Amino acid sequence: MPPSQFTRLAERERRRLTLTIDGAAVTALEGDTLLTAILTNARRVRANEFDRKPRAGFCLMGACQDCWVELGNGDRARACTTFVAEGMDVRTGGGS
Amino acid sequence: MTGETIVIVGAGPAGTRAAETLVRAGLRPVVIDEAPFSGGQIYRRQPPGFTRPPESLYGFEAGKAKSVHAAFDALSGKVDYRPDTLVWEIRDGKVHTIANGSNARAQLPYDALILATGAMDRVIPFPGWTLPGVYTLGGAQIALKFQGCGIGSKVVFAGSSPLLTLVAYQYAKAGATVAAVIDTAPFAAKLQALPDLARGGATFAKGLYYTAWLKMRGIPMFSGATLVRAEGEQGIARLVWRGAGGDERSTDCDALGFGFGLKSETQLADLVGVPFVFDEGQRQFVPQADPAGRTPVKSVYVCGDGAGIRGADAAELAGERAALALLADRNLPHDRGRAASIDASLARLARFRRGIERAFPFPEAMARAVADETVVCRCEAVTAGEARKWMRELGARELNRLKAFSRVGMGRCQGRVCGTPIAEIVAQECGLGLEQAGRLRGQPPVKPIPLDPGPEE
Ligand SMILES: Cc1cc2nc3c(=O)[nH]c(=O)nc-3n(C[C@H](O)[C@H](O)[C@H](O)COP(=O)(O)OP(=O)(O)OC[C@H]3O[C@@H](n4cnc5c(N)ncnc54)[C@H](O)[C@@H]3O)c2cc1C
Ligand code: FES
Repeated sequence: MPPSQFTRLAERERRRLTLTIDGAAVTALEGDTLLTAILTNARRVRANEFDRKPRAGFCLMGACQDCWVELGNGDRARACTTFVAEGMDVRTGGGS
Repeated sequence: MTGETIVIVGAGPAGTRAAETLVRAGLRPVVIDEAPFSGGQIYRRQPPGFTRPPESLYGFEAGKAKSVHAAFDALSGKVDYRPDTLVWEIRDGKVHTIANGSNARAQLPYDALILATGAMDRVIPFPGWTLPGVYTLGGAQIALKFQGCGIGSKVVFAGSSPLLTLVAYQYAKAGATVAAVIDTAPFAAKLQALPDLARGGATFAKGLYYTAWLKMRGIPMFSGATLVRAEGEQGIARLVWRGAGGDERSTDCDALGFGFGLKSETQLADLVGVPFVFDEGQRQFVPQADPAGRTPVKSVYVCGDGAGIRGADAAELAGERAALALLADRNLPHDRGRAASIDASLARLARFRRGIERAFPFPEAMARAVADETVVCRCEAVTAGEARKWMRELGARELNRLKAFSRVGMGRCQGRVCGTPIAEIVAQECGLGLEQAGRLRGQPPVKPIPLDPGPEE
């Protein structure tokens, strides 16, 4: 995994959850959004469909739509407005 | 009571006070918000299980935050509250909703509508702004307030916005490393705005406090700057900018929060057919409404930042005021004295707003000089050069024409992010005023929703 984008500054005492990002198991905390869970473990959330460049969200408030990820079951989720759940399987479009 | 359905969209400060006022009058409104908790943006609540006290989350605003939250919580059982629910369309007197992360749809016929939909950061693109690690100022604040996270470990804050020194202060206070605060407004702008700002009393004093606090901590602060580009491979590694003297400088960082004030979220007002008027000071089109929030569309009211950027204190008052107007229009008992006193307070706050607009000026020169190779539309990766080419070759001299010819503003965000910069580019390219450049019309669904699987129940 590349270095993380987000840093935890507070609220570190929450229940731990495990999810998979591009096949790798990582840890998140209950109450994390999917965006937080990804970006405390990586620097990208998705690749833009047109220029294939990495993106990592922008507005964090469900407005820019630049944080949609694909889940293992084929569903799509807006990472900044979706809470993480145990066992989630996320694809960032960047390979492992 | 009357058996009528009043729908309020938005449970921020404006929607909360509107709902409270209607409940006090004996009504039971429906309150819909796509967020999981009430509070809106400024008073956004952290998820269950988080333990920071309001004082740490909201600072000087803790008292107001607690009051707005308590007001909304006291409405439990007295309003039909539908959190986690997006209003994606309003048509033929019905609000169309969908529950977040699902395909649970509903249609709700309404008799009256109060739109309290808020705002988002206004941005200007520059090379590298799509790199991982580059966020809006508001986004940077949400990471901290809602998730206890910093957007990076070494953060630069830049732009021209009341949020600039506030968010930098919040980060530094939470223990983050703030590499620099780079204000694009010249310091002289703040001084010229002093007379109007001073009318804002406490708000003005708070701004001075954040600046002094940051300076005392030795955090480098600059004004009169221009953002040149963000550089990096996997994500931002440095911000290149020009100082007030024109010298090019560079600041190493792994995250940038930037913004240039706020823009109103107005799609729903558009869908119900409210006409829009151009607001010179705010440089944006806003739904047409009287000072009480009445729009020309019968039984449709707008309030809060979604009706024009006026800030959180005005949003609370405007929410209450719109509800009082609704009661008056339906010949229901209401407090006329209170309505008049709110009108006076809102007029006073409007003068303060003019001070804010002057103290945090939108850098028009930077917005119009966006380089051809810069991506303006994040969704469709359309560059400023492509947009200019379409304007020249196809004669698209207005935003919606440009949208029809190109992919600009057609992406998933519906022009929420690129609407401002594209309007500035159209104005510059076609030698028009911002008003003549037009505005992108709202279209359903206002945000992406799953395909409709079949007939609704
Ligand atoms: C990210 C951000 C951070 C901010 N931080 C500060 C700050 O620290 N200090 C400060 O003074 N000001 C801040 N502001 C400005 C401040 O938020 C506003 O002045 C204030 O919140 C306005 O209140 P409101 O009720 O009008 O809107 P909001 O508080 O924005 O509430 C609007 C609500 O409407 C909901 N909504 C919108 N559209 C729909 C829809 N289609 N369907 C369902 N629900 C919908 C939203 O989810 C939201 O909860 C911030 C703004 C932003 C965008
Ligand atoms: S980061 Fe903008 S919608 Fe998620």
